[in-house]
Amino acid sequence: MIQQTSEADKRPVPSPAAGALLTGQFLVGLLGLAVTLGLLWLGFIYLRGARETSVLNAVIAIVWGVGGVGALFVTGNTVIESLPPYWRDRVRPFLFFLPGVGILFLFLMIPTLITLYQSFFNNDTTEFVGLNNYIATFTDRSMLESFRNNLIWLFLGTAGCVVLGLLIAVLADRSRFEVVAKAIIFLPMAISLVGASVIWRFMYAYAPPGQPQIGLQNAIITAFGIPPQSWLTLQPWNNLFLILVMIWGSTGFAMVLFSAALKGVPADITEAAQVDGATEVQTFFQIIIPYIQGTILTVTTTIAIGTLKIFDVVYVMTGGQYGTSVVGTEFYRQFFTNRNFGYGSAIAIVLFIAISPVIVYNLRQLQKQEGF
Amino acid sequence: MRIKGYAVFALLLIGMILAACGGGGAAQNPTAAPAATEAPAATEAPAATEAPAATAAPSATEAPSGTTGTTDYSRISAELAAAFNREYEGTTVSLLHGLSGEEELRFQATFEPFEEATGITVNLVPGSSTETIAVKVEGGTIEDIVNFPQPGAMASYARQGKIIDLNQFLNPEWLQENYNQGFIDTNTVPDANGNPILGGVFQRINFKSAVWYPKAAFEEAGYTIPETWDEMVELMDQIVADGDTPWCIGIESGGATGWPATDWVEDIMLRTTSLENYDAWTRGELSFDSPEVRNAMQVLTDIWFNDQYVYGGRAAIASTNFGDAPTPMLQDPPQCWLHRQGNFITTFFETNVPGVEAGVDYDFFYLPPIDEQYGKPVLFAGDLFSMFNDRPEVRAVISYFTTYEAIQPWIKLGGGALSPHQNSVLEDYRSDLERRMAETILNADSARFDGSDLMPGEVGAGSFWKGMTDYVSGSANLDQALETIQNGWANVQR
Amino acid sequence: MATMATTRPGRRSGSRLLRDVLINGSLAILCILWLIPLLGLLISSFRERADIATSGWWTIFPHREYVTESQIDLGRGFPVDQPITLDQLGVTVTDDQLRAGYTLPDGRRVIWANRRARLIDVQSQQWAANTNFTLGNYQAVLLGQQYTYTLEDGSTRTEQGENMGKAFLNSLTVTIPATVIPILLAAFAAYAFAWMRFPGRRLMFAMVVGLLVIPSQVAMIPLLRTFSGMQVTGTFLALWLVHTGFGLSLAIYLLYNYISGLPREILESAFIDGASPFTMFMRLILPLSVPALASFAIFQFMWVWNDYLNALIFLGSAPDQQVVTIKLAQMIGSRGQDWHLLTAGGFVSMVLPLIVFFSLQRYFVRGLLAGSVKG
Repeated sequence: MIQQTSEADKRPVPSPAAGALLTGQFLVGLLGLAVTLGLLWLGFIYLRGARETSVLNAVIAIVWGVGGVGALFVTGNTVIESLPPYWRDRVRPFLFFLPGVGILFLFLMIPTLITLYQSFFNNDTTEFVGLNNYIATFTDRSMLESFRNNLIWLFLGTAGCVVLGLLIAVLADRSRFEVVAKAIIFLPMAISLVGASVIWRFMYAYAPPGQPQIGLQNAIITAFGIPPQSWLTLQPWNNLFLILVMIWGSTGFAMVLFSAALKGVPADITEAAQVDGATEVQTFFQIIIPYIQGTILTVTTTIAIGTLKIFDVVYVMTGGQYGTSVVGTEFYRQFFTNRNFGYGSAIAIVLFIAISPVIVYNLRQLQKQEGF
Repeated sequence: MRIKGYAVFALLLIGMILAACGGGGAAQNPTAAPAATEAPAATEAPAATEAPAATAAPSATEAPSGTTGTTDYSRISAELAAAFNREYEGTTVSLLHGLSGEEELRFQATFEPFEEATGITVNLVPGSSTETIAVKVEGGTIEDIVNFPQPGAMASYARQGKIIDLNQFLNPEWLQENYNQGFIDTNTVPDANGNPILGGVFQRINFKSAVWYPKAAFEEAGYTIPETWDEMVELMDQIVADGDTPWCIGIESGGATGWPATDWVEDIMLRTTSLENYDAWTRGELSFDSPEVRNAMQVLTDIWFNDQYVYGGRAAIASTNFGDAPTPMLQDPPQCWLHRQGNFITTFFETNVPGVEAGVDYDFFYLPPIDEQYGKPVLFAGDLFSMFNDRPEVRAVISYFTTYEAIQPWIKLGGGALSPHQNSVLEDYRSDLERRMAETILNADSARFDGSDLMPGEVGAGSFWKGMTDYVSGSANLDQALETIQNGWANVQR
Repeated sequence: MATMATTRPGRRSGSRLLRDVLINGSLAILCILWLIPLLGLLISSFRERADIATSGWWTIFPHREYVTESQIDLGRGFPVDQPITLDQLGVTVTDDQLRAGYTLPDGRRVIWANRRARLIDVQSQQWAANTNFTLGNYQAVLLGQQYTYTLEDGSTRTEQGENMGKAFLNSLTVTIPATVIPILLAAFAAYAFAWMRFPGRRLMFAMVVGLLVIPSQVAMIPLLRTFSGMQVTGTFLALWLVHTGFGLSLAIYLLYNYISGLPREILESAFIDGASPFTMFMRLILPLSVPALASFAIFQFMWVWNDYLNALIFLGSAPDQQVVTIKLAQMIGSRGQDWHLLTAGGFVSMVLPLIVFFSLQRYFVRGLLAGSVKG
């Protein structure tokens, strides 16, 4: 509706009677669509009743979910293709994005709006308190501490993951041990958080001086005659040790995406650069980095958001104590321990606002790219 | 496979119980029968407190040939009597609890005789946590019965009107007869309108005022068990003079870090101020900034912040896991000599140092009184059960928890549970140690529930833990810590 | 790059060797750093609980350790407030030195064995390795933990917990649909955002990115209410829907960035050939996006596989529905006393995600895109 430059304008007019409704195809498509929806509903009823695990139910679920979505797109497309071109190009995008965005809307957007609504109310949503929860958010001592820590996480955590992830992806790309190296860096992703917390327990464990140290870090420093440290209570450095856990766990994420992007850099571009006499470092910074900048933005955004949302690592390792609380743990404390839904919701909304610059930046990029 | 195992286990247990009660099982049905008829009508009536068959047949108590541990169910509630009359056969009651591992199996075992006798299936759902309870209550999928480890957490749900008043159907006379009044008061909390309701009942409790020591080494070293606080300080100094460290202390517990510290404060409070002050303190009427609390904190500080007294020094306290803390005490030679903790800690003794034996390698003594005018108070904690959905069979299960039979199988298996019931059978305890604890609690002239568990979750499971941890780890001074804790009360819903 | 170098004969092999060493060397160092924590976990998973708690995992490797060769008994009550002369060794040491350990000129060391009993250890450094290994942790995790009770008559009874088989099946039932469904939905939506124009596109994309930041806990309570109304709570369906919803915003965002970055020449040439957007999506976009799809599939699989909270709330923890994470949590005991089982449990639960990773890894084939441009 806004701009008329849809892809159809640029492509040659498709063959037969463009401009008219293809009635037969339309009806067939509509019928298919109806049948698909019906089957999806039946599947839903069946799966709702299927409370026991069986391989059969798992298979049915996969067929229902994947096949159903696929069939929905195919039959929907049949209907759309039968429409006159004017309508075809206007309706088609909806077929593509509506199922995904719709689910997102239902499962995240609406609950979030409810949360937003709650943030103006008292703890059990019975009394309107205006902006009081927001004022509390910015005056509470432990909230301020959380904001400070989240900033540390945002900068150090994101930088650590992105730089290391890119470095490893580039090195692995040029190495003969690519598969092994990537697998090793990726390993931490595969382990659950409880597992990871046990692992780092063996890294940071503290025993009094004179006792055998079972934590590696303390064993190393005591070997050099430095007294053992209680890493997780050592303020303010304990934040760094927690960030280290996150970097260890999330660099695999960055690396996998960077690695996929590097594979997408056409070999002839880099070859041409090298023929022109560019060194490898020059090629990397002048050719490869600009080429994968989309991915860099994606990864940075995702990890930055991850650091703002960080909860698990802190909660398991320190419970947000010893000056390590972050917005995520404060939110959790208000929402679940104190069951102060108003305050908790306000914290979540503040988190949302904090991220808005990143969203705006992403949208600017979107604007620049402008499809064709 | 699992089910089969349980079935065998259950049969064994039932066999055991039948043997122990000498035909008590058979006597249950007849006694239950008369009261059962008038049962379901009581469900709706809010005034039912006085109603259902309460005083039905006092003589019935004597009926089953004087056997111990057998109860006349009609005296407890009409629903329980009806249940044992198999009126609710085929119904299911869901129960959310936080147990796992071995304790979960023991807990399951306690329901086998009940399920067998009533035909009610108790569906045990593990995975209870602050978070799951909160989400499930709000989402409307909460189980029929929830096992709260803290009355304070229960109280905040009661204030929202989510919890059923057990006074509606439980006979108050029976409760008073079978529970120490303190146990009932603990669970009496205000509902949404501020009226007092009985929000839960205890099925099992644990003893907190215990100081553990390595018995064999302790005796060999020629130490004697202190009877007063001063004697204990003398003992501590003696241990220091002998080149060792008296205490092992650890308060790390993941997201719940700090709770062992609150237990210390409570035990000291009970010993340095009146019960009235203690109660006012747990209700939020006595501020954390009061001289009473400051004094208790000082007593704690004198021990905890003296690096000679604490194994590893103050720095080790916040970073040592509460479960690992006592391990050095059980080493040979002991690295420390005293450890204050609830009776559950013996589980850790046995898993951390395989082969240690209760009463030989370790034992406990009662944490000595500080000021003799406050006597010898006992600090305890417990697991209570609250009702979220009101159905007759749910009432029956809750009623069952007020009887010793509900915990007897666990007691007989041993493993950390103590019965809060006056009709419990002390001979059933597997170890002398547990028996002594149970006796201490049942006969204590003043017993008080763990204060932090009484406080609403916002304080008791929130700011109190955090404030103590901040204080011990040095990230806050005493004033800041007390302020943090006291601020928790501001979040409490009225 | 490596292949490129071989096509350029002008390069001197010496600098190539240096470059190889540099690249592989720094990669190896990073990999070792990454592996150390995991190695600690792996080794610990084969150690007895008591060993884990008293000695570092690295002590299984040969190392120099002080081993007691003899003891000196000073006799109880021997005064320690003044220097102590050890006639046997011909040295005089102080109490403090004995506490910390005093090294003799010959390399041996004296240290209190039991200060209270005035017992001194004379130790020498020797090679030692802690090689006390057990399969007990794995046994408990895989076959179910054993609990032994002593019954009243003094006989013991052993209970065998449930094994992991069922939990694995449950986890798979949760994970596969929860991974595949969002990917398909997201691919279509990402394509629409990247290559189509429609009203509200920017607003909706802003929403997608904005929702990335919402902690899933925010949505839990309203969602649980809705699901209970639809009577799906406690079914696998509920968990699939939840993970689909929570995974979608990241999926759309990641795939959008990949798909929008595809070279437009390819798509233009397809348009000229008269392909409809749908065919183009199926024939071109999907195959070209395989690396991105595979990456997201891997992440989603990991997250769903390792998710504990959503499983607990939306599916529940009943024994026949328990997923692996819940099963593991149940195993460590109410007070966390059996946490050492997590060492083995962590590895057991890692196996499947790693299989997924390795099988999808091969889709990141070099030049997938470049090849299609040339072809």
